[in-house]
Amino acid sequence: MPNKPDQLSETLLAEHRPVLFRYALLQLRDNELADDAVQETLLAAWQSAANFAGKAGLRTWLIGILKHKIADHWRRSNREVVTTDFDQIDNQDGEADEEAFFMNNGHWNAGPTTWNDPEAALKQQEFWTIYETCQNNLPPKMAKVFMLRELVGLEAEEVCRETGLSEANYWVTMHRARLRLRECLEIRWFNQSKAKKEKRHA
Amino acid sequence: MRSCRDITALVSQGLDKKLSFSERLAIKVHVMMCSRCRNFQSQSQFIRKAAQGYSEQLRNRLDKKS
Repeated sequence: MPNKPDQLSETLLAEHRPVLFRYALLQLRDNELADDAVQETLLAAWQSAANFAGKAGLRTWLIGILKHKIADHWRRSNREVVTTDFDQIDNQDGEADEEAFFMNNGHWNAGPTTWNDPEAALKQQEFWTIYETCQNNLPPKMAKVFMLRELVGLEAEEVCRETGLSEANYWVTMHRARLRLRECLEIRWFNQSKAKKEKRHA
Repeated sequence: MRSCRDITALVSQGLDKKLSFSERLAIKVHVMMCSRCRNFQSQSQFIRKAAQGYSEQLRNRLDKKS
């Protein structure tokens, strides 16, 4: 067993496994392939531990390796990359849409109504279809930022590093993403089920 | 007095970093009086939960496929 720097232990690497898996899964859309890519990444990280500069950026370093493994996979399978590439960021989409949510004085234009029993929605298959639609309806760049934060579970600063977004832009993007998702879920799910119930009671 | 636009921006930031005491206080006072922003607050927390659930869903769905 070769000597490894003590800062990089198997346990430390394993801690990042869930995040790496979710990252890989979003791009590869296949459990087994994602799992393989993560295995290869952890193995490569372990073997080249000496190249690792500092504890702080461990996850960033691991994601860097993972990206290579994912790229290798596409190359091997000779396929066009069809899934989301988090590196390619299209700028300036959805610039003005915040205006639609608020009036000039900053007050809500319409605005959030109360949702009836949101927890119950999580147990219904139809809800997930709606959720997916709403998430897919976000402008591409916004969707990437949102997914890296909420689905993969990266920290805000890691998302910025991944996407090349400034901190200020990150806050604006996430604010808009949440406003949009919220509105979409309200229109397509929560108000719908309310309407259905009212019909039943009528 | 901060507007609903500003307050929801702060609420959103609060999900991704630790806010200052005065920012947290501003949110607290505002949502006490504003049901729409209160809804936004609970709904963005719900969306976080849904996003994590979606990750699981995706995994299960792909499991069944293979």
